[in-house]
Amino acid sequence: MAVSKDKIRNFCIIAHIDHGKSTLADRLLEKTKSVALRDMTAQLLDKMDLERERGITIKAHAVKLNYLAEDGEEYILNLIDTPGHVDFNYEVSRSLAACEGAVLIVDASQGVEAQTLANTYLALDHNLEIVPVINKIDLPSADPDRVAAEVEEVIGLDCSEAPRVSAKTGVNIEQVLESIVKNVPAPEANDNLPPRALIFDSVYDSYKGVIVYVRVKEGKIKPGDTMRMMATGAEFTIVETGYMRATVPEPCAELTAGEVGYITASIKTVSDARVGDTVTIVENPASEPLPGYRKVNPMVFCGVYPADGADYENLRDALEKLQLNDAALTYEPETSGALGFGFRCGFLGLLHLEIIQERLEREYDLDLVTTVPSVIYKIHLNDGSMVEIDNPTHYPDPAHINYCEEPFTDAHIYSPAEYVGAIMDLCQERRGIFRNMDYITPDRVDIHYELPLNEIIYDFFDSLKSRTRGYASFDYEISDYRRSNLVKLDVLLNGDLIDALSFIIHTDKARGKSRKIAERLKDNIPRQMFEIPIQVAIGGKVIARETVKAMRKDVLAKCYGGDITRKKKLLEKQKEGKKRMRHFGTVEVPQEAFMAVLKLDDND
Amino acid sequence: MTTMTDKSTNPIGLYLHIPFCKGKCPYCDFYSVAPRKGVTDSYVAALCRKLDEENRIYDTVYFGGGTPSLLGADNIALILSHIRRTENCEVTLECNPSDTGGTDSVFDFAKAAESGVNRISLGLQSADNEERKALGRRGGCEDVERAIARAKAAGIENISLDLMLGIPNQTKESLLRSVEFCKTGGATHVSAYILKIEEGTFFHKKRENLILPDEDETSELYMAAVDALEKAGFMQYEISNFAKDGYESRHNLKYWRCEEYLGIGAAAHSFVDGKRFYYERSIVDFVDGKPPVDDGFGGDEEEYIMLALRLTEGLIFENFRRRFGKAVPDSVIRKAEFLKKHGLTDTDSEKISLTKNGFLLSNAVICELLANFE
Repeated sequence: MAVSKDKIRNFCIIAHIDHGKSTLADRLLEKTKSVALRDMTAQLLDKMDLERERGITIKAHAVKLNYLAEDGEEYILNLIDTPGHVDFNYEVSRSLAACEGAVLIVDASQGVEAQTLANTYLALDHNLEIVPVINKIDLPSADPDRVAAEVEEVIGLDCSEAPRVSAKTGVNIEQVLESIVKNVPAPEANDNLPPRALIFDSVYDSYKGVIVYVRVKEGKIKPGDTMRMMATGAEFTIVETGYMRATVPEPCAELTAGEVGYITASIKTVSDARVGDTVTIVENPASEPLPGYRKVNPMVFCGVYPADGADYENLRDALEKLQLNDAALTYEPETSGALGFGFRCGFLGLLHLEIIQERLEREYDLDLVTTVPSVIYKIHLNDGSMVEIDNPTHYPDPAHINYCEEPFTDAHIYSPAEYVGAIMDLCQERRGIFRNMDYITPDRVDIHYELPLNEIIYDFFDSLKSRTRGYASFDYEISDYRRSNLVKLDVLLNGDLIDALSFIIHTDKARGKSRKIAERLKDNIPRQMFEIPIQVAIGGKVIARETVKAMRKDVLAKCYGGDITRKKKLLEKQKEGKKRMRHFGTVEVPQEAFMAVLKLDDND
Repeated sequence: MTTMTDKSTNPIGLYLHIPFCKGKCPYCDFYSVAPRKGVTDSYVAALCRKLDEENRIYDTVYFGGGTPSLLGADNIALILSHIRRTENCEVTLECNPSDTGGTDSVFDFAKAAESGVNRISLGLQSADNEERKALGRRGGCEDVERAIARAKAAGIENISLDLMLGIPNQTKESLLRSVEFCKTGGATHVSAYILKIEEGTFFHKKRENLILPDEDETSELYMAAVDALEKAGFMQYEISNFAKDGYESRHNLKYWRCEEYLGIGAAAHSFVDGKRFYYERSIVDFVDGKPPVDDGFGGDEEEYIMLALRLTEGLIFENFRRRFGKAVPDSVIRKAEFLKKHGLTDTDSEKISLTKNGFLLSNAVICELLANFE
C-alpha cells in the first residue's frame, strides 16, 4: 500500500440546507484534481437530477481524493456525502459512523440555523471531529466574524482557525483541505483483526449487481473471499474491491482497515446489502457486528395508481427497478374500485414517498394518482385476534372492533426559542404529548414531544417549517403502539363509495376533516349535467354533506355560417376532457379534485 | 353514403358572405371590414365570376355577413342574376336595420324583391334601446319597425329577427318585451342566440368590466325566451331558432341536416360531395381567385348526430339508417335512455331528441351521447 493509515482522512460534510454542501464538495474534487475541469458539471456528487433540482442529497455517495498537503505528504481524503432529511436520518447516521470527522459548513450571512445544530449534534453523537467552515464570504451580506462568533457561542466550536471560503468562487478552498488533514484524526485501524466493514450505502448496477459501499473498520477484504452480511446472514463471493473515484471506480487488490471503498459480489438486490449491516469474511469471521444496525422498515403506506390504467405494467416495471436500488421501498399489487389496478407502496416517510413518486413520474414518464398516506394500525377484534392494516380499505367492520392501536413517536424539535409557542401549538393540534423542553443555549431549545405517527406523516414537516420560517429541525423515532380512538372516514359521491378517498383518523378530528373534504370536493368537481351529492360518513352515518349543483348552461348557440368543423373541434376537445376524468359511476371527477383532497393540510 | 350529386339538376344551398360593415359590433367575430367603393365592386365581380364558374342550381340562397344590405339592391340583383335557382328557392338577405329602416335609408326593397329576395333577416337583438346601445347597435328598434314595413310593402313577407340573450343588464322583463316586439312586429321567424364572448372581439377585450347575467340567470332567460316565443306562435325547431309554422329557415336546416351547401366569398364555408372547405378570411385572396382551403371530410356519423340533435325533431333513426346503411349505435341509445331519466333527452323507438333543458346543456349532452364513438 502506497499510503500509510495515518495519511487517511475519512470525513463527511454537514450543513443546513442551501449552505453550500454540494458546491463545496465539487470544489474539493476540483482542487484535488479528482475531476478534469471539463468533466465538472455543477454539483457532481448529487447524481440524480431530482437531487440537483431540490438542492438536497437523497442518497449518500462517496469519493476518494488524493491530496498533496502543505507538509509535502500525500493524503487520502475519503469524502462521504450524506442525505439531508429526517426520512433518511438512519442513513445519515450510518454515513457519519463511517467517518472520523465532519466538515460543518455555515453560511456567512445566515449563520447558525436549525439543521446546522441538529447535524452537529448528530455528528458529535458519533464522536466526529468537527471542522467548521464559513462559506459564501463572497456574498455582499456576508459577515464571517459575526457568524464565527455565533458558531462559537451556540455550538461551542473554536472558530479562530475556521477557513473562510467561497465554494462558489473557489476562494480559500485549500484551507479546507488543510484543516481536514490537520484536524480530522486518522482512522484507528488494525489489519490483523477479523474483518468488519460497515455498509453505508449500496447501489444497484445492471452490470456488476449491487455495489456495496463500505468503511473497513478492521481487517482486510479482497476478491475471492466469501463475505457474510452479519445481520441478514447472506453470503457472497467477492468479485471486485475498489475505490470510488469521482468519475470512474478504481479496482484494487484489497481493502484494508481504515479505508473506504466498494465491493461487488454479484448481489442481486440492495435488500441483501442493507445500509448499516456489517460485512465480515467467512474464512475469518468477526464474532460481533458493528453497533447500530437497524432494519429500516417502511412506516408510511399509500396506494399508487397509474392515471391511465394501460400503464399498470409500466408502473410495475418501474417499481421493480426502483426497488433494486432502494431497500426501504416495498410494494404489492392492490385494486381499488375507484382507481383500478395499482400498488400499495411502503415508504420511510413523506419525503421518501414524494421522491419515489417524482422519480416514477419523471424517470419513467408515468402519470400517477396516490391515495392518502397511512401508517400501520393494530386493530384488536372482539374475538381476541389482532390485524395490522396499512390500508383503510381493509378496516374491519366497527362492530367487530374491540380497540385500536396506533404508532407513536418520540420527537425532538430543535428551534430558536422565539418559535416555542408556534411549535407547541402545532404539536398540540397534532395530538402531541409534551415531555420536556431543554434550553441548549439561551435562545435555542430542544422540545420533546410524543406524537402519533399518523399526525406527522402528513405535512408535519412542512407546517413546522412554515411556522418557524425554516428555523426548526425535526427528528423522530418510532417508540411504541398506543390505544387510540380511531374511526374510518368514507367518501360517497352520488351515493357511491370512493374507496381511494377513505382514511383512518382520530375521532376528535373526524368532523372537521370531513367538512373540509366535502368542501374541497365541491370546489373541485365541476358542475355536471345533474346534481351530485357529496357525503362523508363514518360507518353508515353521514357527518358532512355538500352538493355540486347541476350545470345549467353548456351550449353553442350560434351556427357560425356553416362552419361545422369549428363545432366539431369543440366537441372533440370536450370529449378529450372527459377522457381525463376519473369516472365514478355516473360522476366524473378530475384528477385535480383528487389531489386537492389528498393534499388537504393544516392551512386549509 | 350519399350518391354523387348531379351538378346540373340536384339543387343545393348557397351561402354568400358579404364581409362589409360600417362598424364592428363589439360581440361579433364574423369576418368583416369597412366598405370601400372599389373594393366592394371588385368583390361583387369576383362573386359573380365564381358563381358563373360553379354554374349550379340552388334551392336556398343566403346573403350573410357582414352587412349584405350595404351592397345595395342593385348589387344584390346583379349577383342574383348569376345564380340559377329552383322555382321556390328561398333567398334570404341579412339587413342592417338602420341601413334599411333608417329615416334617410335609400335601400330599394322593391328592387331586391323583384330580383328574387323573399326573406330578410334583421338584427333586432333587443327591443330595449338601452340594451341595443350596450351591444353597439346603431339606431333604435324604430328602424327595425320601418325596415319590416318597407320589406312587407315590397312583398317580402318572410321576416326573421335576431334576438340576443344574456346581454349586459338584460332582465326577464326586458326580454319578454323583445319577444312581444317580434310577435306584434310581424316576424315569421326568430333566432335567439345566447351571447358568447368570442376571442378577438371588443367584448372579449373588456370582458373583465362587463356585467353579464351569470350562468343561472342566462339559463332562466333562455327558458323564458323559449316559453314566450312558443306562446307567441314561434315554435322552436332548433336550439336557437323559432318559426311560425312553415317558416323554418330552409337554408339553415341544411346545416343541421348535414345537407350540401356551397359557400362563396371570403370566410365562407362549404360542404359539397362529402368534403368541407372554406375561403380564407381575406377579401384580397378571394378577389385574386385564391382557391378555398381543404377542411377534410364532413358528414360522418358523429357529425350527423351532433348536428341532428340541435333540432327539435332530433336524431331520427330511419334517416340515419337511410343515410349510413346501419342503425344508430347502441351506446348512443343507451346513453340517451340514461339521460332521459335526468330530463335531458326524449327518446323512443324512432328518435332521440333533446329536451329544452337538454338544449341548454347540449354540449355536455351530445358529448356524453357520443362519448364512446371512435
